[in-house]
Amino acid sequence: MKYLFYPGCSMQRSAKPYLDSLKLVEKTLGLESVDVEDWNCCGATEFSSVNRTASHAIVGRNLALAQEQASGTDELVAACSACYLNLSKTDHFMREDADFNALVNDALSAGGLEYEPGSVKVRHSLDIIVNNVGYDAVKEKVTKPLSGLRVGAYYGCMIVRPDVNERFSNPEEPYELEDLLEVLGAEVVDFKMKTQCCSGHMTQISSEVAYDMIKQIVKPAVEEEIDVLVTLCPMCQLNIDAFQNEMNKHFGTNYEVPILYFSQLMGLAFGYTEKELGIGKEFVNVSPALAKIGKTTEEVPTPKKKKKSKSDPSLPMPKMPIHYRGGS
Amino acid sequence: MANSKTPSGKPRIGVYVCHCGTNIAGVVDVEDVANWSAEELKDIGVVLSRDNKFMCSSQGQELIESDIKEFGLNRVVVAACSPHLHEKTFRGACERAGMNPFFCEMASIREQVSWVTKDKKKATEKSKSMVAGAVNRVVYHEALEPIKVPINPTTLIVGGGIAGIQAALEIANTGHEVYLVEREPSIGGHMAQFDKTFPTLDCSACILTPRMSEVGMHPNINLLTWSEVENVDGFVGNFDVTIRKKSRCVIEEDCTGCGICVQKCPITVIDDEFGVGIGTRKAIYTPFDQAIPNYPVLDKENCTYFIKGTCRACEKFCATNAIDFEQQDEIINVTVGNIILATGYDLFDARKMPNYGYGRYPNVFTSMEFERLCNAAGPTNGEIVLRDGVTAPKSVAIVHCVGSRDKNHNNYCSAICCMQSLKFAHIVYERTGAEIHNFYIDIRTTAKNYDEFYQRVLDEGTLFVRGKVAEITDVPQNEAEEGKLIVQAEDTLAGLQRRIPVDMVILSVGLEPKGDSDEVAHQFGISCSSNGWFTEKHPKLDPVSTMTEGIFIAGCATGPKDIPASVSQGSAAAARVISYIEMGELELEPVRASVIEEICSGCKICNDLCPYNAIIFIEDKQVTEINEALCQGCGTCVAACPAGAIVGTGFSNEQILAQIEGLMMDFSVPEVV
Ligand SMILES: Cc1cc2nc3c(=O)[nH]c(=O)nc-3n(C[C@H](O)[C@H](O)[C@H](O)COP(=O)(O)OP(=O)(O)OC[C@H]3O[C@@H](n4cnc5c(N)ncnc54)[C@H](O)[C@@H]3O)c2cc1C
Ligand code: SF4
Ligand code: SF4
Repeated sequence: MKYLFYPGCSMQRSAKPYLDSLKLVEKTLGLESVDVEDWNCCGATEFSSVNRTASHAIVGRNLALAQEQASGTDELVAACSACYLNLSKTDHFMREDADFNALVNDALSAGGLEYEPGSVKVRHSLDIIVNNVGYDAVKEKVTKPLSGLRVGAYYGCMIVRPDVNERFSNPEEPYELEDLLEVLGAEVVDFKMKTQCCSGHMTQISSEVAYDMIKQIVKPAVEEEIDVLVTLCPMCQLNIDAFQNEMNKHFGTNYEVPILYFSQLMGLAFGYTEKELGIGKEFVNVSPALAKIGKTTEEVPTPKKKKKSKSDPSLPMPKMPIHYRGGS
Repeated sequence: MANSKTPSGKPRIGVYVCHCGTNIAGVVDVEDVANWSAEELKDIGVVLSRDNKFMCSSQGQELIESDIKEFGLNRVVVAACSPHLHEKTFRGACERAGMNPFFCEMASIREQVSWVTKDKKKATEKSKSMVAGAVNRVVYHEALEPIKVPINPTTLIVGGGIAGIQAALEIANTGHEVYLVEREPSIGGHMAQFDKTFPTLDCSACILTPRMSEVGMHPNINLLTWSEVENVDGFVGNFDVTIRKKSRCVIEEDCTGCGICVQKCPITVIDDEFGVGIGTRKAIYTPFDQAIPNYPVLDKENCTYFIKGTCRACEKFCATNAIDFEQQDEIINVTVGNIILATGYDLFDARKMPNYGYGRYPNVFTSMEFERLCNAAGPTNGEIVLRDGVTAPKSVAIVHCVGSRDKNHNNYCSAICCMQSLKFAHIVYERTGAEIHNFYIDIRTTAKNYDEFYQRVLDEGTLFVRGKVAEITDVPQNEAEEGKLIVQAEDTLAGLQRRIPVDMVILSVGLEPKGDSDEVAHQFGISCSSNGWFTEKHPKLDPVSTMTEGIFIAGCATGPKDIPASVSQGSAAAARVISYIEMGELELEPVRASVIEEICSGCKICNDLCPYNAIIFIEDKQVTEINEALCQGCGTCVAACPAGAIVGTGFSNEQILAQIEGLMMDFSVPEVV
């Protein structure tokens, strides 16, 4: 499969390991990704509240470039959640609102560009991997299953909300990442905070608010004995990783939850080395967690679904669709 | 007779342009339209044209009548509201003046013009076009005589909830026969599941079961439960209905309802229907003790005999040999004159809002689960406890509007959930003394004695938070939240984010149309609103009729409502049916389509298009035929027939083309710059 790839700023610097590992994963899965040439920053999270037209025009420029450069594909893929959301939103607003479309295109025309909304399909790398490549094809490539590693899928908020193109299973309780991690052989924990906001740029605006939000994610991860949180967003990775120590200082706690990109875990399962995948640059040391891989923990016999005894007074739980993990 | 009403010679048309107070005159220059018509349309035959404040008033009608007599009018065009509203009125006026009513035509310059624009100039122009269209069309009108159909006095009622029960009793008590078809093993509907009913808090079973047994014993009611309508043919006065009576594996004539089979059946399963997943039942069961009828149903999917071929305990113990494992479905054909659909509602699936944790957190309950929980005949004998079955909650949150008034789910208000939530608050207060928080968007307690009930619940100390709940979680942020469910909501009155830890959450899920409402509507040839509720003929003036003659609707099938409103609609629908039965025969609009057999090629293109199922294909002759009484004259088939084999009385090609020609007439006066 071929697609255009929009790298975005984060993945050039702080999230370089995300890009590096993703490229290796793409290679293994036979995904042919071509970078959009001459792309610019997507405006991150705040700009749209400062100047709506300008913020969408700069995203519109990327869409226009993609439209121009698209050949043999109409898919535009981003891996950073903010980039993905901004591209989706601009395309969506331009599609829904003819006046706004004209306004943005007017701005684009200053640079000799034009974008016809809907002409490229904005996708996230995870969406491509689970929906186009598919779990079976991923499974085939797994050479070193991640058995023994307890992982929590952490989506963050931007990839699933608002999911204007309805690419994911559910805005509050998605399950794609969990399914993928399961295919990689990891032990997937039902991580309740999986779609909570990591606090975004709050670290720069009001650190107290940010620390509180980070703690809300880290603390339950510790309580669930999660070895590694798995993210697909550079912002989430940065906040949970780089600010965990500050947060600990602020609350007098000593939580230690490493966080990696899903592509890094895929890379490990595909047999790449930690170094190739950019692992080792984190603030929170991930080595102790990764050392568990392959070491089968003591087989805890899965409790047999015991038949409800006559004396058990409890009421039955509601029936849930197949795609629900966890529960009590 | 037709002669006296058939205009001879040239058309002499009167045009009447209505002001409708300011409804039309506020936007359309009615005087200009009238004058213009008199001047520009006189070649077509307009002999006089007037404007009038209220054409539908008796003075307006008399004007038409006297003009017909004085000026020898033989055709009338009224430019006013939609023909839905007043076509009958103006046709009546014409008829009184001795004219065949079908020489009267309306142009809808209110609904289609003044109500949908603010541009006065364009509105006036469009009104002129529409009048020109109507005038041009009416020239080609013919005298028509109404179609008369006899009414079969038997009635079919589908759905045995409180609305259907009420309708059945009303009709049966007038001495007419009723078939009441209910899909579940017993009648009673949702009301049978409740403990108490707001606002009076009388026990639901106590007020419902006497009505149920009355139905069961009524000599004029043929009760068919565990049954479904398979097919409906025919038309008002004469519907042929096929009903499938599903096999219960119990011979009704022999069963005494002793219940020993239920008692002896070794298989207990979760009751997902009546017990909404928190109760249990046997593989052979009646849904509840007071079920009507009281003979059980055998659930083949769970019965050991049907799975493994052994057991037959029920058969062994049945004293009257009423168990019949070989029993087959039975097909019953009945002919009825009228049909009432009282199929009720379904509930919003709380799993669609995963942020509320239903199905993930054991102590999040739906409203219907709670009804069962607090019901003395429910799984805990009325004890209000957590999902563990023993612990009484010390604090309870009740969340209003779950899935209602929510643009992600149902945009409408479910009407009963406020009162139902208040009812729950009262029951929890009375039986557990727990602290209660109600989370609401607005409190809507508009019916009789409802707001008083709200005041009472306020006085009892229930706490109210005005704000939509964002999330329910079990992830604590502090010690007070440990082990609790935390309800997070914006308190829009205090301007605060609140996190309130509780033991139990009840989600007041909204009402939804039945999952199969579209199919049922199609089966009976009626329509559903965009939300899926059955559409009334007129939402205000004819709320229990449908656009299909002889098909009536009642209760929650038309939209969310409480028990009093459902019962009123049951009675209203019954009254409509009884009046049809008393009339003995019904006059139908003669505006109909018919097939010219010689031209029909049998291509069947029209066959599936009719929204009223009026088209049938005659296999012997390989031609299509249209049922005169079922046809509502919508014209879909006329337009669709590639051979031009279908003609519409009242909407012939000639008439429609003339109307289009009129609409497109170029009358614009060149603007002078
Ligand atoms: C939790 C809760 C509490 C409530 N409490 C109160 C209260 O205290 N007071 C109050 O006034 N109102 C209350 N209501 C509202 C009340 O339930 C309704 O007003 C009332 O039940 C409507 O009656 P119905 O006959 O229209 O529909 P239903 O009760 O839904 O009955 C419809 C019947 O039709 C049957 N049916 C459906 N489709 C078919 C088919 N195709 N063929 C054959 N049979 C079919 C169904 O099986 C059912 O038996 C409450 C509602 C809820 C959800
Ligand atoms: S045991 Fe026989 S008579 Fe008694 S309820 Fe069952 S089927 Fe009817
Ligand atoms: S045969 Fe089936 S219904 Fe009868 S007692 Fe056995 S399991 Fe129950």
